[in-house]
Amino acid sequence: MRDASPKPLVQVTDLKMHFPIYSGIFRRHSGDVKAVDGVSFDIQAGETLGLVGESGCGKSTVGRALLRLYEITAGKVVIDGEDVASLPPEALRKKRPTMQMVFQDPQASLNPRMTLARIISEPLDEHTDWNDARKLERVYELMDAVGLNRRFANRFPHEFSGGQRQRIGIARALALNPKFIVCDEPIAALDVSIQAQVVNLLEDLQERFGLTYLFISHDLSMVRHIADRVAVMYLGKIAELSPRDALYSLPLHPYAEALLSAVNEPDPVRAATRKRIILKGDVPSPANPPLGCNFSTRCPRVFDRCRVEDPALRQVEPGRFVACHLYDQQTAAGPTGAPEVNERNQQGELQ
Amino acid sequence: MTDAAMPKPVSQNRAIWQQFRSHKGAVFGLIVLGLLILFVLIGPLVWVPEKLKVAEAIRLKNQGPSLRFPLGTDQLGRDMLSRMMLAGRISLAVGLVAMLIAIVFGTLIGVVAGYYRRFEGPLMRLTDMFLALPLIPLLLVLVMLFRDRIASVIGPELGAFALIVFAIGITSWMATARIVRGEVLTLKEREYVLAARSIGARPRRIILRHILPNVVSPVMVAATLGVAEAIITESVLSFLGLGFPPDFPTWGRLLFDGLQYMQVYPERVIWPGLAISLTVLSVNYIGDGLRDALDPRIRGR
Ligand SMILES: Nc1ncnc2c1ncn2[C@@H]1O[C@H](COP(=O)(O)OP(=O)(O)O)[C@@H](O)[C@H]1O
Ligand SMILES: [Mg+2]
Repeated sequence: MRDASPKPLVQVTDLKMHFPIYSGIFRRHSGDVKAVDGVSFDIQAGETLGLVGESGCGKSTVGRALLRLYEITAGKVVIDGEDVASLPPEALRKKRPTMQMVFQDPQASLNPRMTLARIISEPLDEHTDWNDARKLERVYELMDAVGLNRRFANRFPHEFSGGQRQRIGIARALALNPKFIVCDEPIAALDVSIQAQVVNLLEDLQERFGLTYLFISHDLSMVRHIADRVAVMYLGKIAELSPRDALYSLPLHPYAEALLSAVNEPDPVRAATRKRIILKGDVPSPANPPLGCNFSTRCPRVFDRCRVEDPALRQVEPGRFVACHLYDQQTAAGPTGAPEVNERNQQGELQ
Repeated sequence: MTDAAMPKPVSQNRAIWQQFRSHKGAVFGLIVLGLLILFVLIGPLVWVPEKLKVAEAIRLKNQGPSLRFPLGTDQLGRDMLSRMMLAGRISLAVGLVAMLIAIVFGTLIGVVAGYYRRFEGPLMRLTDMFLALPLIPLLLVLVMLFRDRIASVIGPELGAFALIVFAIGITSWMATARIVRGEVLTLKEREYVLAARSIGARPRRIILRHILPNVVSPVMVAATLGVAEAIITESVLSFLGLGFPPDFPTWGRLLFDGLQYMQVYPERVIWPGLAISLTVLSVNYIGDGLRDALDPRIRGR
């Protein structure tokens, strides 16, 4: 299924998104929330990259920064050959049809005052000069594709269930034939019984239209179902980026290990031998991350070096990238053809 | 394709009108406001008071209601009914136009301040400044400075009207601006606005399509309160001798004139008071009905 062509569709290099904090009466710039702090990854065309992590670790910010819904602090986001992060406004507008987003809250992502037909045809209004009949034909086509009855075209979002609303959001994202779709927890707000339907729909659509997904979720079992590779994020950085099966059978990064130990294991033999790792303490604030490794405050296998030096994301096995000092000895050469992350030290970087 | 059987997206105007009609208060308000407007526009054409000589008028002052003077006469023997009608023309016009100015201006400032970060500071400081200004003295100065100049260009009555409407409009937009800005700040972060941005919609489109329709409720509330306030402010100005010329009736002025005789002739206060209250009430209900009619979540019920 995965296309192993050398040129990935999405190439993210050292992406940083810092939200400034202003405080005091004079609203002075007193610091930054480092929501995303140096993230790099590639996504091949037709692939699904899962992005997992606890709530607040910066997953949505990555997704939104990729589509340039935020002006990023630093880094490059090359999608289909163009650096989205530095495109001038009009070129960006032309680029937008290639990259779309499905949002977490299907209720909040649909304007309550617009009918379903108007919502789905909004992208067409912006990017085509079709007449109403042609737009309507396309709207019906999209409604068929996502499994919505055509009779619903004149209804308003509040008349639908969560699952149907998410289908509306998906239809809107598909309207302009995108190549790349960021799915930001598309199933988190849905009933469990509906979740599988929506995930299956996303998979069907991927196959039919050759879509590439960044699938953001905190539900590890859903990610296991849909993703080809998985990136585990912790506090604005990627801890581990591995092919799905390798990650789920043997997570390398201690954080990935802890996260996965909390997931239900379908294999009873493994389930019996596995033990749950309970992390102590809270996630530090992204406005004030710890020195050294971000995970050093909670890591069960922490040692001295972790507290002073920030580990870079390195390839430790073919296709597996880990940011952890435990694996430093094993790395012979630097990553080849892989996302390159410069080693950085938090100490030297005062914003 | 079963295209023919598919309902075409219909215009929403009918659904909106149907919901509006089902709102009893709104229909009542529309009828009352319509009657009031008819009363002040058509009334003076139908009811022409007889011209009285000064001596006669003095004899006929302070009359109670009769066939000759349905609402009685005032302290100068003038027919109250015709004065009420003429006064209503001005009061309604002042109330509605000043409210319109305040709403348009306030919404504009609020949307720009809420949507565009870089204008937020200056615009909100401007709003604060206007809020901090003592309004009545400001109005007094405005009127003193410009009344004669404007009057010499477009005539004393129209001049007074333009000046008063402008003065009231320019001093009552701040509440709307603040409410709208707050609302826009939250709407701007809604996911459907993000979705529109990810589609590549231009700011103007986003504002017209996603922001403005969703700020109608607070704007309606501010608008209906604004009408009442404008009518009252006009009467305050007239009372201070800075509004329309003294022989020019407005509801507010009739109210203040009647105040001196309230103990003896309470109806002098009751009629203009009733007219103002009915206007405010009906505008309020119309706003309420409109707000519901424009909201598909309520319309769908
Ligand atoms: N617009 C913003 N302004 C300031 N801080 C933000 C903003 N958006 C997100 N953050 C902060 O960035 C961090 C990551 O948020 P987010 O990407 O939403 O996490 P996730 O989607 O993984 O739950 C959080 O600490 C959040 O408070
Ligand atoms: Mg999120």
